[in-house]
Amino acid sequence: MLLRVEDLEKSYGHGPQSQSVLRGVSLELEAGESLAITGESGSGKSTLLHLIGLLDQPDAGAIRIAGEAVTALDDSGRARWRRERIGLVFQQFNLVPSLTVAGNLALQARLAKQHDPAWIQTLAERLGLTEYLQRYPEQLSGGQQQRVAVGRALAIRPVLLLADEPTGNLDEATSEDVLELMLELCRDADTALVMATHSTHAAGRLTRHAHLTRGQLT
Amino acid sequence: MTLTALLALLSHWRRKPGQLATLIIGLGLATALWTSVQAINAEARASYGEASAAMGAGRLTRLHAGEAGIPVEQWALLRRDGWAASPLIEGDLEVGGGVFGLTGIDPLSTRSEGGNLAPGDQIIGLEFLTQPGLLLVAPEDVESLTGTGLPPVLASANVTPGQILTDIAVAARLLGREGVIDAILIDDSARPGRTPLEQLVPTLEQSDGAAANDIAQLTGSFHLNLTAFGFLSFAVGLFIVYAAIGLAFEQRRASLRTLRALGTPVSSIVIALLIEALVLALIAGALGVVLGYLVASTLLPGVAATLRGLYGAAVSGELAIRPQWWLSGFAIAVFGALSATAVSIRQAAVLPLLAAAQPRAWAIASSRRYIQQAVFAFALLALAALIPVFFSGMLAGFAMLGGLFVGAALLLPPGLALVLNLAQRCMKGPVSEWFLADTRQQLPGLSLALMALMFALAANVGVGTMVSSFRLTFVGWLDQRLAAELYVSASDEAQSQELYAWLDARSDAVLPIWSANSTIAGQPGEVFGIVDHSTYRDHWPLLAAAPNAWDAVAAGEGVMINEQTWRRLNLSLGDPITLADTSALPLVAVYSDYGNPNAQAIIGLDPLVERYGERVANLRYGVRLPPEDVPALMRELEARFDLPEFGLIDQAGIKAFSLSIFDRTFTVTGALNVLTLSVAAFAMFASLVTLASMRLPQLAPVWAIGLSRGQLARLEMLRAGILALLTWLIAVPTGLVLAWALLAIVNVEAFGWRLPMHVFPGDWLRLLGLAVLAALIAALLPARSLVKRPPRDFLQVFAQER
Repeated sequence: MLLRVEDLEKSYGHGPQSQSVLRGVSLELEAGESLAITGESGSGKSTLLHLIGLLDQPDAGAIRIAGEAVTALDDSGRARWRRERIGLVFQQFNLVPSLTVAGNLALQARLAKQHDPAWIQTLAERLGLTEYLQRYPEQLSGGQQQRVAVGRALAIRPVLLLADEPTGNLDEATSEDVLELMLELCRDADTALVMATHSTHAAGRLTRHAHLTRGQLT
Repeated sequence: MTLTALLALLSHWRRKPGQLATLIIGLGLATALWTSVQAINAEARASYGEASAAMGAGRLTRLHAGEAGIPVEQWALLRRDGWAASPLIEGDLEVGGGVFGLTGIDPLSTRSEGGNLAPGDQIIGLEFLTQPGLLLVAPEDVESLTGTGLPPVLASANVTPGQILTDIAVAARLLGREGVIDAILIDDSARPGRTPLEQLVPTLEQSDGAAANDIAQLTGSFHLNLTAFGFLSFAVGLFIVYAAIGLAFEQRRASLRTLRALGTPVSSIVIALLIEALVLALIAGALGVVLGYLVASTLLPGVAATLRGLYGAAVSGELAIRPQWWLSGFAIAVFGALSATAVSIRQAAVLPLLAAAQPRAWAIASSRRYIQQAVFAFALLALAALIPVFFSGMLAGFAMLGGLFVGAALLLPPGLALVLNLAQRCMKGPVSEWFLADTRQQLPGLSLALMALMFALAANVGVGTMVSSFRLTFVGWLDQRLAAELYVSASDEAQSQELYAWLDARSDAVLPIWSANSTIAGQPGEVFGIVDHSTYRDHWPLLAAAPNAWDAVAAGEGVMINEQTWRRLNLSLGDPITLADTSALPLVAVYSDYGNPNAQAIIGLDPLVERYGERVANLRYGVRLPPEDVPALMRELEARFDLPEFGLIDQAGIKAFSLSIFDRTFTVTGALNVLTLSVAAFAMFASLVTLASMRLPQLAPVWAIGLSRGQLARLEMLRAGILALLTWLIAVPTGLVLAWALLAIVNVEAFGWRLPMHVFPGDWLRLLGLAVLAALIAALLPARSLVKRPPRDFLQVFAQER
């Protein structure tokens, strides 16, 4: 089992202002599998992804990735996991605006000391970015920027790719294009994918589908 | 990993070269101002050290008499008794329009460690001793002294610029003072077994090495003032660095969050930010040290003239590259960069990983923060107000000024927000309401630059008021004190007597200006004797006086002392003042004596002669006569008497000379004032340019609903002008308090005199004009680029709605 999530709970705020976002969420995922998580705005999709991506800590429950209990890790341990084993794709792309496309593609791999120029060249070719390598993010369209973000995440050959509304800012054709590339690359690298999305169409392209309602998976 | 994070952070500067230039120039300018002041101070201190070594200060006792000098026989007496004594002649020599300090020594009897010349030194040869002799001068003075008819000159790195060292016989010939010497240096360590000096040469005054080495102490206050100004300039420059680094952090906040999300540990980001700050500091430090050297080289001749005029201290006019100032330049650059980065580093360390993107979150200043800031500012101002009540001294003065400046600077943003808030309530009309609300929103981004402007304006008002008040008082004091129309000096006693008789028959009054070197209440100084004449009673300004003070002085029953001695010793009227360790006289009055660092006293002429006898320098006279008769009398005097050089000076000549010394004294202050204001203008420019690049999201909606780019640009200019005006309004009272502190606290400590404060509203208005002009110029470039910005850029804001 690549990913095992058990009874995950998370709330924000304190006292009477406290708002429970996740209430006992559990799920499992094998390597190479892809899981779409759908739900209304505020249903907890992003929170679940943040917890699995070790960007935040749960109030209760456990997460195991590749057999390791990652919820028990300290801050530097979680950072190392994110850097070396997990790929993240955000709705806002989150590229470094002062780095070129080439610089952004290689950024996480360099941080993880896993820089493989040949692999990044391959990614650039498959993502159709070779002619834009020396451009800056602001000089690209939204679809192109999201492709860079996907490439950056896959440059470390992650065991797990987490994508939070990756097509939320893109038009339909571009969304289809980016999604197709992401699935294809995950399949080829045997990378597990968890994607939060509003789109039932996009969700239908993944191997599994779960719906999150009021903090619980159905 | 740290390297990758560092490279990602540094890539920001490649995309924003203007911002990088702002940061480096800002830190470089701040360092330059600090370094230049340190370089000037280091050069001056080195010169004092050389001068001290040259005079054997600290090791040798110096014997001297009055202006008449010491007969050669006295020196022979000392030598015969076995004292290691060496004669000295000193004077000013006018050469080719310049004045050089000439010192004549006897190289055979000068102690090896007592002078610039060591026995066996290659420059001592027969030619130094024989006709026509050799003049040893600083290398930079060789050219100006060659071909002037003087003996041959030889460059020596051991001689201070502006000074000439030569054999005593050559000096006596050049100064026209053969047969007398000015001072005798005595090796005090050879005292056992010798006849005590007090018995052997009772008419000579002794001053020990410590007294002769007073220059460093006297000028210490001047250098402290310079250092304070240097630090103020650095603080102004630091605002630029704070603003630039703060804005860079805000612009990179999203990138930092991305780096963290991608697994970069906080420690790597902190180390990367530290390395970045150090690299920037070293680059800016190098720029600052070079600029500082240039500024110091330009200012040093003026400072040297000031120190010579004010304290009689010879300072080299040429700047040497000394490690203490360039290292301090780098150190202050690193300190500035690290302290400016500290805030960013702290924010980076606690940056929430998942917070929504908040560009310029710091800009959203809550009114609560303003209230906290205002409370803190008032607390600092209250502390500053209390310091002079409970503490005294120079450090207390500067601590008070520090509290005042920081308090006023902190009060500026809340004060401006309050004014804008009130104005917004009064304004009707959508554009003016939006304009005021938008200005308030801009305040946090501009506040550092505005604080820098406030610092510079307040310093300008304060120092300007101090200097102008001083000048006004000084001119008035000169008019009163230099009441005689003509001042005459005789070359010897016989001529002096002849002069007196001759002048007495041709003028309204002849006022002897006789004096003797003496201790005054234990302080080294000079005692003057005056005749009882209405000139003194009518013209001399007295700061404090007992009834019938002039009568008491004339009767030999009282003494007047100068203000600095009065303050230094904390004396009161009626206190006994001991003169030259003899019987004391009661203090009957205190008079102003600007520009003199030493003690001075006035007694009656007869008591002076009775007390000091042969030690009285009795060669000078002030002559009262109708001003229109002065030129004719001067011509007659020149024809009738062989007067020494500078032996005949009219009132206007002395006043002009005194004023020229005064004006030179504050040349460096004026220059630093202008530089500080320039740095503040640059801070404003830098902030406006950087903010302009982040303003588009705020301007685009207003543009979309109908304000043209031209209108927006004009409003941006208007905003800069209004903020400069409001800043000036706060800077003027701050500057006036600064002036008061300088006049009432710092000057009293530094120079020993307190001056009345005058205000110069015309200067404030000129400063307002300059501030608004600087702000408008600073706003011009961003406004111009706003006008030229294509509509596409505005539309992109809506396309990339966050």
